[in-house]
Amino acid sequence: MTLARGIFKNILFLLATLIGTHYAIAQSTADDIAKYREMIAEGNPSELYEMAGEELWKKPGGPKNASLEKCDLGMGPGVVDGAAAQLPRYFKDTNRVQDLESRLMTCMERLQGIASQSVIDAKFGVGPKKDMDAIVAYVVTHSKGKKIKVSLANPKEKAMYEMGKRAFYYEAGPFDFSCASCHGSSGKRIRLQDLPNLTTHEGAVAAWGSWPAYRVSSGQFWTMQQRLNDCFRQQRFPFPIYGSDVTIALSMYMAKNANGGIMQTPGLKR
Amino acid sequence: MSDPMRIRAAEKDGLVDVKILMKHDMESGQRKDSSGKLIPAWFINSLNVKAQGKDVFNAHFGPAISKDPFLNFKYKGAKGDKIVVNWVDTKGDKRTDETTAT
Amino acid sequence: MIPMKNLLKIQLLILFVLGVAGLCTNVMAQQKPSPQFNKMMAESFRSEGIASVDRITQDATQKFCSDPQFVSTVAGAIKAQELQRLNMATISPPSDGSYLGDWKSGEAIAQSGRGGTWTDTANTTNGGGCYNCHEIDKKEISHGNIGPSLWNYGKIRGNSQEILTYTWNRINNSKAYNACSNMPRFGHFKILNEKQIQDLMALLIDPQSPVNQ
Repeated sequence: MTLARGIFKNILFLLATLIGTHYAIAQSTADDIAKYREMIAEGNPSELYEMAGEELWKKPGGPKNASLEKCDLGMGPGVVDGAAAQLPRYFKDTNRVQDLESRLMTCMERLQGIASQSVIDAKFGVGPKKDMDAIVAYVVTHSKGKKIKVSLANPKEKAMYEMGKRAFYYEAGPFDFSCASCHGSSGKRIRLQDLPNLTTHEGAVAAWGSWPAYRVSSGQFWTMQQRLNDCFRQQRFPFPIYGSDVTIALSMYMAKNANGGIMQTPGLKR
Repeated sequence: MSDPMRIRAAEKDGLVDVKILMKHDMESGQRKDSSGKLIPAWFINSLNVKAQGKDVFNAHFGPAISKDPFLNFKYKGAKGDKIVVNWVDTKGDKRTDETTAT
Repeated sequence: MIPMKNLLKIQLLILFVLGVAGLCTNVMAQQKPSPQFNKMMAESFRSEGIASVDRITQDATQKFCSDPQFVSTVAGAIKAQELQRLNMATISPPSDGSYLGDWKSGEAIAQSGRGGTWTDTANTTNGGGCYNCHEIDKKEISHGNIGPSLWNYGKIRGNSQEILTYTWNRINNSKAYNACSNMPRFGHFKILNEKQIQDLMALLIDPQSPVNQ
């Protein structure tokens, strides 16, 4: 082997090692984060909300002094197992497509006599919305590990999906922001917060499958309605009414894009 | 009344791994509200864990412990151990919950 | 053998047909108006704080950019040019003729993401939120990647009048250059005032700025 060839082989080897090491380090950082997530998963404060939610589900409440145990979340009265993984969906009794929170409001009103407007008007994390947080945590825990499976078979479901897609790209407000401004392309981040591309299957699964979640930075449990609400706030939009059709449409858009993915709810976020 | 804790205890090779999730605001006393006023300190300051009636863990928490604290420790024990967790906070409020080691 | 004269006629005919077909498909590629959707948007939002429900009403640029399929067509490209011209026409140069302010203030404005939301007030000093999307001073590692890096902005481009004008225009109304730019129109919507934009200009272009070291 000539000297030149020898040097060339050495450089090639060095380059390969450096590249290999870079990937190894990148991979080990990703592994470490995954290990860390596994470690703290057992300490997810969402469980405290779930415990409170189970009580609220089973205990008689409201002016009618009834429990929520007959609430039909789409799989039959009282069936909680796997219900959240199939929402939003069309409900014959209300003749509309509903997400988890709007459906829970229906149940709270019909079974317990709690006026939906009182839930809508309450501030997040206070009074009836505080109860809602707990009940949502309870319900979504029973879909953990289940496949996301929303249907567009009903024409209203299909229409909701199309409207959700249109809403996703709707630019407005003084910043000209739409959901797509931040969540419409891959590999983007705001500051150091990675942004899932909600138009793709992987991005939709990452988002739809991990909310509701406990946010460590604020020490609060956020439902999907609260997450959407704060997105709109940061987009400089006006206030989305709790449980309104735009929130359900966007939920339908994300859920359908995430179909087949696994629910990891309730999640744990920074 | 204080909110219930979630306690999990699993025995393996003679060691019981105890995981406790507590619901508490744990105000350090250094945060300010939106009007600029200091939010008064209010946090769990003492915690005790007994297994089969014997102390296995004692702690004095300070204002640095964050909201909804998660505690994880191991002790030498056996399946079936009755584990009782008890905490007291700076207002004198307390909470006791128990579980059995699996 | 087809005579030259007829060949030319046939070629022109084919071009014409393709052109019409192209335009037709482009027109069909535009999103159909949906009364059901408009109703949903009108009924799903309410005013809160300084965020009025009027914000849902779109201007021509927002309407256009909300239909990405149309944007990517030939007809869309033509419309984009028109909107860029319209946006450019609304930009005014600095009223005192000065393009560069104080880079130290500029850095603070770039760091702040305050203002405009329903939890802000009319008295809130708006920030530019620039680090949300851009790398600017390399020392700040907490930056986004939605926009290009602005590190060494002035060092690379210099500070000719052309660069001053271009940068001023970009910050005031990014859509003068790119109809569907992701960047807010800071001057157009009065998110930032003149002095703030002059300070940001200094952050980017002043040779003393840390961005140009």
